[in-house]
Amino acid sequence: MYKYDNYDQAMVETRVAEFRDQTRRRLEGKLSEEQFRPLRLMNGLYLQLHAYMLRVAIPYGTLNSAQMHALADTAEKYDRGYGHFTTRQNIQYNWIKLEEAPDLLADLAEVEMHAIQTSGNCIRNISSDHFAGAAEDELIDPRPYAELLRQWSSFHPEFSFLPRKFKIAVIASETDRAAMKLHDIGIQIVKSDSGEIGARFYVGGGMGRTPMIAPPIRDFVPLDQLISYSEACLRVYNRYGRRDNKYKARIKILVHELGADEYKRQVEEEFAHMLEQGVEPPLAELERIKPYFADPSFETGLPTEIDRSDPDFALWVDTNTNPHKAPGYVSAVISLKPVGGIPGDASTEQMHLMAELSKEYSFDESRVTHTQNIVLPHVKIADLYALWTKLDAAGLGSPNLDTIEDIIACPGLDYCSLANARSIPLAQQISKRFAASGKTKELGELKLKISGCINACGHHHAGHIGILGVDKKGVENYQLLLGGSEAQDTSLAKITGRGFDEAGIISAVETVTDIYLDKREEGERFLDTYRRIGMDPFKEALYGE
Amino acid sequence: MKILTGNDLKSGAVVWWDGTIWSFYVNDAVDVRDQADEIIAREQSARRVNSAYSLEATCDEQGVRPAHIKDRVRALGPTVRPDLTLKPKDPTAMDWVI
Amino acid sequence: MANDVSETDFGTSPDDVQFRFRDDEVADHAQVTVDSFLEQSNAAAVRIEPGDDARALVPHLERLRLVEVNFPAFGDGRGYSSARVLREAGYEGELRAVGDIGIDQLAYLRRCGFDAFAPDSKLDEADAETAFARWENVYQHAADTRQPIPERRHASVGHE
Repeated sequence: MYKYDNYDQAMVETRVAEFRDQTRRRLEGKLSEEQFRPLRLMNGLYLQLHAYMLRVAIPYGTLNSAQMHALADTAEKYDRGYGHFTTRQNIQYNWIKLEEAPDLLADLAEVEMHAIQTSGNCIRNISSDHFAGAAEDELIDPRPYAELLRQWSSFHPEFSFLPRKFKIAVIASETDRAAMKLHDIGIQIVKSDSGEIGARFYVGGGMGRTPMIAPPIRDFVPLDQLISYSEACLRVYNRYGRRDNKYKARIKILVHELGADEYKRQVEEEFAHMLEQGVEPPLAELERIKPYFADPSFETGLPTEIDRSDPDFALWVDTNTNPHKAPGYVSAVISLKPVGGIPGDASTEQMHLMAELSKEYSFDESRVTHTQNIVLPHVKIADLYALWTKLDAAGLGSPNLDTIEDIIACPGLDYCSLANARSIPLAQQISKRFAASGKTKELGELKLKISGCINACGHHHAGHIGILGVDKKGVENYQLLLGGSEAQDTSLAKITGRGFDEAGIISAVETVTDIYLDKREEGERFLDTYRRIGMDPFKEALYGE
Repeated sequence: MKILTGNDLKSGAVVWWDGTIWSFYVNDAVDVRDQADEIIAREQSARRVNSAYSLEATCDEQGVRPAHIKDRVRALGPTVRPDLTLKPKDPTAMDWVI
Repeated sequence: MANDVSETDFGTSPDDVQFRFRDDEVADHAQVTVDSFLEQSNAAAVRIEPGDDARALVPHLERLRLVEVNFPAFGDGRGYSSARVLREAGYEGELRAVGDIGIDQLAYLRRCGFDAFAPDSKLDEADAETAFARWENVYQHAADTRQPIPERRHASVGHE
């Protein structure tokens, strides 16, 4: 994986010094909270319901064991013994003290980690496919391109006060595991008919209160023009994105209001200009980055058979592993969704254990998924049983990937100052309910996503089943949505009808899954059945209409 | 009654205005009547509190109860982690929030 | 502050400029809006507001000695693009950032081509000096002549 050189190291250390200085000026009263707020946000520091919250970036989701250990140490030293992995390949700490934040960031800088641009109206952490470099179905490893973009976007002088936040995802597979089309810019690395590698740009996707699927803006950008094209996309947005209304300030609104064709025309004009300006990094830089993501030394001639005599293990293998490009290996997913647990939370001890296991079984590497789980990307099939045994003993062996228990949930009203309703308790009760009824396995792939407010951090628009928490005269109320997907078949979920109270929404989820079980045809997932039969049968069962 | 809350500038801890200083406990909160803006302006410029605001609450023999659930979550802690709340040993504390 | 919007006294005066990275004489022309600049032929100084199109000035750059870019609120970053657009078009006169400008915007503004700064409230000199000198290196091209890190890594000579 990528290794900082002296330049990269100096940049994060300079940032720590800058933030230390900003914090000092805030504590001395030289900066008002209004002035300090965007500065701390650009360093990932929020003020939440209970305390300051720090969001640490995990660029393109890749970590080595030293970094995972450092995340664990951070939880122990500066927080309350746990962290929360988010839907954008970040980790959040909920109980940070402002006066200690600079020291925390200095500690992280020692393992090449940072909180740079994890919030604020700037280009955020670049996310990617969590199976990058391992998946059987990928064209090429997308992470070198993500790293190139990471550097370009870090401390970008023109794009640090954009109309609104800006999220970029990069994938290189037809299978979308990064919700690419729901980003401000989604980049798919593709191969042209002539065999040349380039980038396809989708611009103007997003969730929030106005969910939109990004339209393709350019089918092919040559790799030696990737940054110039990105620069053009951003400049048009910075100049013309709406600033009169926070809720209409994302690039999706600009693209929507101009129309994709007009936005594209303006970008092309700016792009031609950028090419003349010569802002592109040398292609040699991409070539320098690539070897860092070279395959680890996979062994050959490994056994590919799995001893399935332990049924619990066999179930975990079936649900929580993904095919690997190297024979004899798989990618193993560690579920952070124990039944009744808090989705995405991991304790200090669990993080240390995952770090050790990544070192022992996965070439020192782990990944964070947008579904709030952890991946060990390169595990020998022959090692799987030993790995699973250790995970299971630590409460990390839940065999529920992509099932109804594998719920995405935002922190909700338990932690977040923006939330209208709690998300986590719903996730806990739903996973318990389905685990107890034994229906989880029968339901198969079913992506349930819960947001505690319209900002949609829990991706409810993209859930096969989505839940949105709202405030109904001071009481938590929940709307149910059906039919969303964040995968290659991206679609936006639709609201079923009037909302439910806490008990009601849990029963409603059970009701719609019962309709699916009743109506499904051979091989259909919940989403497929919904798409075939439409909303009506579900509505009828929910509301008797 | 009208009470004040905010976060301690340095630590971020949730605090409530008790009439003299900022307390960790909502039950210490006092009715500030029409003084809210004045106290907030003074305390924020002295950097003793951050992002302070006023809110409605009621007071009875059980103590001060903020009107909105969000402020009750602030007053106690995350309902999903009773061990991290101000009343880790009180199993009924959650009922007060909801 | 000299932000009086009368015809004769529009924009900042030389006295308002707290930091300047130019050796030429400070331009002391009455500044006009972009619209009135485009209508009248003799102005040599203009003030850009966030919604103005800086590119409209491009045909007239030769007679401009001062372009003032206003930041009514520091969070509105359109002025960064305006500045870079002008520098990319070859403008070499004074580019003055005015308005709601803090210590922590200085380095970014400088990189986008601003070479004079007239903040609404005077900034702490020591903090500003630190801010201007903070970043020894940069990752990307902008309107300055700094060689970005990706190029430095591959420069065959002069590599530090």
